[in-house]
Amino acid sequence: MNDIPTVWDWTGNLLDGLRITLLVTVLGTLLMIAIAIVLGLMARSHRIAVRGVARVVIEFFRGTSLPIQLFFLFFGLPLLGIRFDPLACGVIAFGLNYGAYGSEVVRGSINAVPKPQWEAATALNLSAWQRMTHVIWPQAIPLMIPAMNNLFIQLLKSTPLLYAISLADIMTKAEDFRKAGGDATLMYLALMVIYFVMAYAVTLLSNMAEVLAKTRLGQHAGLRSVFTFRKPKPAEEAKLVDASSAAGGPGGVR
Amino acid sequence: MNFDLDYAGEILPDLLMAFVQYTLVATLLGIAVAAVLGLLFAVIRQLRIPILTQLLTAFIEFVRSTPLLVQLFFLFYALPGMGVTLSPMMAGVTGLGVHYACYMADVYRSGIDAVPRGQWEASVALQLPPLATWQRVVLPQAIRNVLPSLGNYAIAMFKETPFLAFITVPELLHQAQESGANTYEYVEPFALAGLIFLAASYPTALLLRRLERRLEAR
Repeated sequence: MNDIPTVWDWTGNLLDGLRITLLVTVLGTLLMIAIAIVLGLMARSHRIAVRGVARVVIEFFRGTSLPIQLFFLFFGLPLLGIRFDPLACGVIAFGLNYGAYGSEVVRGSINAVPKPQWEAATALNLSAWQRMTHVIWPQAIPLMIPAMNNLFIQLLKSTPLLYAISLADIMTKAEDFRKAGGDATLMYLALMVIYFVMAYAVTLLSNMAEVLAKTRLGQHAGLRSVFTFRKPKPAEEAKLVDASSAAGGPGGVR
Repeated sequence: MNFDLDYAGEILPDLLMAFVQYTLVATLLGIAVAAVLGLLFAVIRQLRIPILTQLLTAFIEFVRSTPLLVQLFFLFYALPGMGVTLSPMMAGVTGLGVHYACYMADVYRSGIDAVPRGQWEASVALQLPPLATWQRVVLPQAIRNVLPSLGNYAIAMFKETPFLAFITVPELLHQAQESGANTYEYVEPFALAGLIFLAASYPTALLLRRLERRLEAR
């Protein structure tokens, strides 16, 4: 038992941890998308009360730091009688925090659909629901994907925080390895490579989604674009920064 | 259980102290490192020095795609094994600075790309040496235009300083946890910590937005 473990010995542990990391990432991303859509739509409501609530929620979750929100959920809420298991804490904290950033992307993209499209939908006597589902959203979605992809990757990169709330994610497994006397340098490098691969996989998926969404609009860009790294052009970057400028942060990142 | 105002008042001085002494100091030093290093990265990439540029691009892409927390642990726990021992604060500032330098490099690049070609040509026509071209002509225009974006990254970095708590820097989150551990009352310390962050980041963000509008209006 006194043997010093090698990274190779730890493969099984890392895979166990990876499963948790992936689970929280996927669930967190789904919650994030749902919250981003709800808050994003609320933020462009005509009713000032609805808009006000959305703004307060968005600015609150963007302005207070993610690790603090996570700790509040994990350590604070049980004292108020609300108890989530660690996995739910992680999913909720990531979903709310990045959902608040994402809502600005949703709002900005819907606003970026040209005005004549709205007017044409009205002129064709489409109901408000039909206008959104058949005209506005199909055009807004391709606009959202690049910025959303940045947020997905930010979320993925935040998952090592789970280590701090006693969830056995891949980071925790790596820490166990270090504490067992293993070579920390190699392990951290391996960990970074794993995260790098996951981040690239997320980008690939987003690129595919973008190609699909654009094909629906008749703007087929060719499949080669799927493999590109996401690199906002200066103009695109400026727009992202504009969409996320209020509390500053991951909206424009990456 | 309710929010205990007396208790909150009691721990507030400690929290503010930790905030000023560690969080703010780490943020400012981190911004300084990121701003200088990011500019250096951007200029090196712009100069297109053969192998160096490709290596740097790969490095930047890698750092941006891997978690800050893992990078901090690498600096703090793995480097001593290679003979480099950093204090927690040093490791934290280096981690934050390098991580955000990789983001800021792209911001600087977009700023440099936006400087009109004519400015470069005029510098050549005036026989300005390369150093003066960069220092006096290109960078002042490039940096002014991207100041708001740089500021946004600075705020993002500020909100990631709680990560330093995990490498034992006694900053705000660490202090909040400590205060909570003394009394088993975690609601107030974390709520206060969050509010302190909000109170610092939101006004800064509003100021940046105003700066952005003013620059656009020109």
